[in-house]
Amino acid sequence: MNVNDTMNETKSSVNGTNSLMPSAHEEVFREQLILGNPTLHEITEKIASIPTLTPNLKFLVTLFVFASMALWGLFCMGYTIATGIGVWGLNNPVGWGWDITNFVFWIGIGHAGTLISAILFLFRQKWRTAINRSAEAMTLFAVLCALIFPLLHTGRPWLAFYWLTPYPNQMQMWVNFRSPLVWDVFAVSTYGTVSLLFWYIGLVPDLATMRNYVKSKFASKIYTAFSLGWTGSVRHWHTYEVAYMILAGISTPLVLSVHTVVSMDFATSVLPGWHTTIFPPYFVAGAIFSGFAMVMTLLVIAREVVDLKSFITLKHLDNMNKIILATGMMVGYAYAMEFFMAWYSGNPYESSVFINRATGDYAWAYWTMVSCNVISPQIYWFKKMRRSIPVMFVMSIFVNIGMWFERFTIISTSLHHDYLPASWGYYSPTWVEISIFTGTIGIFFTLFLIFAKFVPMIAIAEIKSVLPGSQPKHHDNH
Amino acid sequence: MNTQPIAVLGNYKDPNLLMTAANRIRESGYKDFDIYTPYPVHGLDKAMGVKRTILPYIAFGGGIFGLLNAISLIWWTGAVHYKLNIGGKPLFAFQFGIPVMFELTILLTAIATFLGLWFLCGLPKWYSPLQNDEGFKSAVDNTFVVSIMATDQRFSIEATKKLMTELGADDVRLIQE
Repeated sequence: MNVNDTMNETKSSVNGTNSLMPSAHEEVFREQLILGNPTLHEITEKIASIPTLTPNLKFLVTLFVFASMALWGLFCMGYTIATGIGVWGLNNPVGWGWDITNFVFWIGIGHAGTLISAILFLFRQKWRTAINRSAEAMTLFAVLCALIFPLLHTGRPWLAFYWLTPYPNQMQMWVNFRSPLVWDVFAVSTYGTVSLLFWYIGLVPDLATMRNYVKSKFASKIYTAFSLGWTGSVRHWHTYEVAYMILAGISTPLVLSVHTVVSMDFATSVLPGWHTTIFPPYFVAGAIFSGFAMVMTLLVIAREVVDLKSFITLKHLDNMNKIILATGMMVGYAYAMEFFMAWYSGNPYESSVFINRATGDYAWAYWTMVSCNVISPQIYWFKKMRRSIPVMFVMSIFVNIGMWFERFTIISTSLHHDYLPASWGYYSPTWVEISIFTGTIGIFFTLFLIFAKFVPMIAIAEIKSVLPGSQPKHHDNH
Repeated sequence: MNTQPIAVLGNYKDPNLLMTAANRIRESGYKDFDIYTPYPVHGLDKAMGVKRTILPYIAFGGGIFGLLNAISLIWWTGAVHYKLNIGGKPLFAFQFGIPVMFELTILLTAIATFLGLWFLCGLPKWYSPLQNDEGFKSAVDNTFVVSIMATDQRFSIEATKKLMTELGADDVRLIQE
């Protein structure tokens, strides 16, 4: 191709006022991922302007509500630490209650972020570019909320450092690496760190865009510092893309390992209802299921409030709903298989626990879980339902409730009827436990709102790179 | 006036034209040149003759370091320094060590990748001699900017400017100190 030929093609430039439609070898028949053929500058303008807006009353009121919930939750955490976990409703035999339920719930929420940023990246799913930034942020905040619970449930978190992490201390004691609880410490802290690094690497080019976009000198200084002096040099992009690929490659087995290890906290015990080999895949599927539901809740609100409809299109939401349907069925399969194995194993303790789950004291929790997680997602077989905003919003809340109850069911029903009928009991939470849980919801949404206010919510550079016509046509020839 | 030339800059809007330009500049024998783009343009690094990065080796080294660390940590703390018999389980075995070994391998790979990336890019670096140029500033927005640095052996203000203009660059300009 010589220069004159290419000169004639300048019309197809993505910067022209009339961006052309995708060329023949691009996917003409596929639905477009970005509506309205924006130019590169329009994309920058649209996304980078969001953090520069003055917060309106609606934003401030929402922030106030969630921040209050967070503060009240933090107060109750302080109360728990000062008084002891006797202020919770735990008893013997139910030694794990809302605390571990919430831990597993929040860790699960985080999984969708890594799935979207890593696994969908490796599978070349271009539609992920619109949602990966906010999903990764959500992962970080969810992991942060999750970390609170294991720390609190130790009762004396100021001693937890030598219980949980191996460091030389004057007692010359080390952690017990044979315990799955220690595996969990490593899995979750690795997960949190890697997610943070991955998120930040993705953020650097966009922070550079923000640095040059914002008018305020102060804001520009902050963005300058965090963008590390990124210039967009092709030599840097080359290394950057390799780094991104490596991180995606290692995050994929990592995300599968995290909930696997969480499930081993249960599966390596000898308690009927916990002691099953199906737990690792079952937990991972459930984690992705609940995580996508939470991403959906956040995105449906975000695209309404800050007008991101041209980037987060119905196609994106449709794709996510398909994943919710698929993972929901995996979870449903796991529920059925647990029952089947309880019967097929011929183990009377197993079958008694599962019959108790469906008909006993906690049957209400079990059936809430089944209706929310297995029955209700079935409406996603219909395209109309997958593309209806009110339906998907309500559904995402249902799935979140259902998945919370799944963890509650697994933990409480297995514990409250253990091998010794004399110690059977019933567990219900106190106001302190409930407040701490609502507190983490407050922390999660407060952090998300702060994120939306200061950081580009959509990966600007990535969106640009999948814009029709943004890549050279015949680069393979060179 | 004592002004030193720093670089010749030219703007592009079309990725196809840019690709041709990158090839031509490399073929003309320039070494010390760069292109600034708002997003990764596929194939441009090859066209410019950018050498494959050694980052994967750094990442791999980090992973091996993490794995060896995990193995020696579990083995030394459990089987050497403080032997604790718990349920008659072995003091050291790979079976129970796998989760922690795996996690530390991943953790150190990620940290090595992160640090290696910035090290290889020479970042953080909060100053560029080109930073006051308007075109250069919009390279993180919507412009592809080609820069041929004055430090290049083949650099000559007139010839370099002429080459850029021939290659279809807009607003070919000299940046001086």
